[in-house]
Amino acid sequence: MLSWTWCIPALPLAGFLLLAIFGGRFPKGATAAVGAGSIGLSFVAATAASAIFMVSPPGGGSFTLVLWQWITVGGFSPSLSFTLDALSVVMILVVTGVGFLIHLYSTRFMADEEGYSRFFAYMNLFVGSMLILVLAGNLLLLYLGWEGVGLCSFLLIGFWYKDPENGRSARKAFIVTRIGDVSLAVGLFLIATTLGTLDIREIAQKATSQWQTGSTLAVAVAALLLGGAVGKSAQLPLQTWLPDAMAGPSPVSALIHAATMVTAGVYLIARTNALFTLAPPVQLAVGIIGAAGVLVAGLSALTQRNIKRVLAYSTMSQLGYMFLALGIGAWSGAIFHLVTHAFFKSLLFLGAGVVILALNHEHDIYAMGGMARKSPFTFWMFLIAAFALTALPPTTAGFASKDLILALAWQSGSAGRVFWALGLAGVFVTSVYIFRLVFIVFAGNPRTAVAEGAHGGGGHAAGRDGMQAGAAMGIPLAILAALCLAGGFLSLPHDLGGTPYLLNFLHTALPAETMPETPLRTEWTLQLVSEAASVLGIPVAWLVYRRSRRVAAVAARPAAIVRFLQGGWGFDWLYDRLFVRPFVWLSRINRRDVVDRISDGVGGLFMLLSRAFRWTQNGRVRWYAAGLAAGAALIVAAVVLL
Amino acid sequence: MMAVAGGGILLALFIFVPLVLGLAGWVLGRRQAGFSRWLTLAANLFNLCLAAVLWLGAAGATHFPGLAAPGAGSPWLAELHVPWIPGLGVSFSLGLDGLSLTMLGLTALLGAMAVLSAWTGITKRVAFFYFNISLVLAGINGVFLATDLFLFVFFWELMLVPMYFLIDIWGHENRHKAAVKFFLFTQVGGLLMLVAIIALAVLHSMATGAWTFALRDLMGTVVSPVIGMLLMLGFFAAFAVKLPAFPLHTWLPDAHTEAPTAGSVILAGLLLKTGGYGLIRFAVPLFPAASRAFAPVAIGLAVAGIVYGGIMAYSQKDMKRVVAYTSVSHLGFVLLGIYAFTPQALSGAVLQMVSHGISTGALFVLVGALQDRIHTRDLDRMGGLWAQVPRMGAAALVLCMALVGLPGLVNFVSEFLVLVGTWQVSPVATILAGLGLVIATVYALRLFQTAFHGVPRETWTLADLSARETGTLFLAIALLVLFGLYPMPILHMVEQSVSGVLAVIAAGGGA
Repeated sequence: MLSWTWCIPALPLAGFLLLAIFGGRFPKGATAAVGAGSIGLSFVAATAASAIFMVSPPGGGSFTLVLWQWITVGGFSPSLSFTLDALSVVMILVVTGVGFLIHLYSTRFMADEEGYSRFFAYMNLFVGSMLILVLAGNLLLLYLGWEGVGLCSFLLIGFWYKDPENGRSARKAFIVTRIGDVSLAVGLFLIATTLGTLDIREIAQKATSQWQTGSTLAVAVAALLLGGAVGKSAQLPLQTWLPDAMAGPSPVSALIHAATMVTAGVYLIARTNALFTLAPPVQLAVGIIGAAGVLVAGLSALTQRNIKRVLAYSTMSQLGYMFLALGIGAWSGAIFHLVTHAFFKSLLFLGAGVVILALNHEHDIYAMGGMARKSPFTFWMFLIAAFALTALPPTTAGFASKDLILALAWQSGSAGRVFWALGLAGVFVTSVYIFRLVFIVFAGNPRTAVAEGAHGGGGHAAGRDGMQAGAAMGIPLAILAALCLAGGFLSLPHDLGGTPYLLNFLHTALPAETMPETPLRTEWTLQLVSEAASVLGIPVAWLVYRRSRRVAAVAARPAAIVRFLQGGWGFDWLYDRLFVRPFVWLSRINRRDVVDRISDGVGGLFMLLSRAFRWTQNGRVRWYAAGLAAGAALIVAAVVLL
Repeated sequence: MMAVAGGGILLALFIFVPLVLGLAGWVLGRRQAGFSRWLTLAANLFNLCLAAVLWLGAAGATHFPGLAAPGAGSPWLAELHVPWIPGLGVSFSLGLDGLSLTMLGLTALLGAMAVLSAWTGITKRVAFFYFNISLVLAGINGVFLATDLFLFVFFWELMLVPMYFLIDIWGHENRHKAAVKFFLFTQVGGLLMLVAIIALAVLHSMATGAWTFALRDLMGTVVSPVIGMLLMLGFFAAFAVKLPAFPLHTWLPDAHTEAPTAGSVILAGLLLKTGGYGLIRFAVPLFPAASRAFAPVAIGLAVAGIVYGGIMAYSQKDMKRVVAYTSVSHLGFVLLGIYAFTPQALSGAVLQMVSHGISTGALFVLVGALQDRIHTRDLDRMGGLWAQVPRMGAAALVLCMALVGLPGLVNFVSEFLVLVGTWQVSPVATILAGLGLVIATVYALRLFQTAFHGVPRETWTLADLSARETGTLFLAIALLVLFGLYPMPILHMVEQSVSGVLAVIAAGGGA
């Protein structure tokens, strides 16, 4: 019934091949049709597979499709296999669904760009790789998808390759995540050599039966996997690449750096939850990294001037909530937040994209303003997403998932209380930074003229509003907004009706949260406190906005603390001095290869010796005779003395 | 003795077809240069077909007369023995196993690629150029087939001289110095090996009273641990120079940089592989005990090469020098895989020779194509080339990802196998080598971005890849992807050779 699931990732990959080989000769319409169409078809296939999966669940709650044996050497034999279970079903629906909407949006958004087919080729390759990542039944195949999405991220961050700054950002993203990837790879070596398999199911079974909880081996493996996860998901201490990744086009940020790729780390930990359960210290570390990330990134978001960097830090902060959830064992809660975050964060990025395009690629929010009147449709869409991000009604998406995570944190011991408190502080900060952004960009008076068909053929489209910009950009925004409003119904908290469809579904693949019976009053109180924190953020944001208007007017040099937060807490500065500069220095200083100097030295020595000996062959018999005599005397002396 | 006549004669064809056609091309090509090109290409295509046919036979896909069935007791699929100098026990002995066949297939493939890359670029003494190409390829095939150590040395030297000419006559600015350096390094290593071979034969004849240079007979020679170590080091010196292993690598950047494109393709793709092949075929099986004792040192050198080569590659300004240092880094994985003595690592090492051969060979074709157009290899003068030559840029991107070891390309499979196999022996070495993967990302991205991204630093007007160049590179890339997703044909083919070597090591006997 499900043996055709291979075509879910194969369709985008086929789209990539078509565009890579013939893309240059396609007209734009054909490129768009292939680029978006392949993802659309993949979405249809994913939906069909999910429907079949839900109607007649396979035995054991998972279906495995072995394509072929990848490698077989001396007992090490990973296969290319896909696994369809509740977790991967949810992931493929998000990846293809949100992916399709973003592709549709891009057909219009990128219409004026050079390299239209190159863009869609990269995007299709990305979706194909991401689908392999989430469908892989084997960690080695997962790693293939994992590296594939990293490559696409690099290519798309540097899509506008003529600007060296974009190239630098792209390179940084690839290298920093690659450090995490190597950690993940070492984890795979360790698993392969100790458990003899890389099959995810077998790993869980064998590890649970062979390893003690908290044993060194379990801790080492979990820590190495965590290294990979923090790289991909831009968490401390490998988070520095994400803000710079905003150099890519906005749809790229929406798809890769918000909805899908950066959540791969969360997916990985949820997927290998058995290993993290065996390593309590590492699981605690996951929670600490998440809780710290919520605030570290949230405070940085508060100070950014670039609209996309605000959203990038926001993504890091929201991923922090997911890590926090994983840290307390709320596997399904983390995935639920991953889903709702994909809705509202991609909507925020796509909305920001409309604004950026309308203002001729202006990214500085202090140059924006008054967009609510210029683009009312975009404004409302952005506002809905902002409400979802801050978990405020009438949206349900962010509320249901974030509330779940905070409630579970509250109930999971003393560390959980600390996580809850940090998460709550994060709720307040989130509200402040996003409404600061909303006020600055959409309220007040325009500070930059809105482009009215000024630049090229597509200017007329981009210049006005998302809705007028045409269906291609408007419809994705509207659908995502609808998902933000209704997404919470996937699993409403039980005091509000309790519709845990998604959670129950995920529990067929992930261990259920151990949730003690909570009094209704506690649940209400927790929700009210968190809502209050969100609501409180709005007036504070207004004050910040009022102040920022004055500050921006005098273009004052920001205070040291603001600069510190703007620069992402000095991590870039530190890493630059700790790693980048020493490496470059070492490499440059030795450009001519010191080892080569040694071999040249040997050559020089022979030249010197040959010159010395040449001097002895001067043709004078007297010299030769003296030499002979001296030699004979030496030999005689040696014989006598020894 | 003529064992398995049918298959055995075919082995000689691998050597004599390029030799004869190369000679014919030289003679005929004096009047019409095209002859030499076509005949050299024909020789390589013939060898490629021959390898493919033997491959199918060896894999059991077709019945092939004269080919031993795999697993029939003998390690060889086919053998040829013709007495040469009976008094010294020297014979013209060739033997084919999965490892040889893999390397012969690679030689024919890269040989054809090299000829195609030189198709229009060589204008000086064309016929003699292709004769040298044929001669060096014949020598390489001989090295991959010889099972008599005397014959092996003969072929070992045979590869050297034409390569010297290729660099010295058709090379770039500093070709003379690079050619001499190449010659001296290789020759010193070769001399040490020759001494070791003669000593081993003498010791064997003293013990048994019979002269022989046959690998099979010499393998059982009993020598003291100290002598065994010394002799092993003689072999290791020759192979480590060729590989090249750190710190004996310094001839390579010069030779690579100065050689003509076809020379670089053969040098990187094939000549370096004779070092790895020699270690697997001779150094380790002849001296298992000494090799075991030496393994920690070899692993240390391998890791040092991986990291050092990577760091060096980052700062080079000459595009060919960058690629040369990446070779130092990637061949470190071969050395690492050989001396870890685990099935995964050794299979990975062999696969790494294939993947590095194809990817770096293709990379040199690409760099050569670029140099033909803009007459410089200086990265500081490039930039933003993508806009003009997107096809070349796309090929460069894939090949740089091969340097990075991106999964989906065969380079990933081989490096992963080496590392997973080494982990069982030395986690520390594995982690340090893993660091090399990060460094690989750094230099590969720099190489790609400096040339193809950013703003053009000088105004070049250049044409994108021609049909011939596109075809060559497309073939290479297709193979990298094909074997990246399905490396089993190669892994199966070398399985028996690998387990044979490991059995000798595990038996614990010998020196």
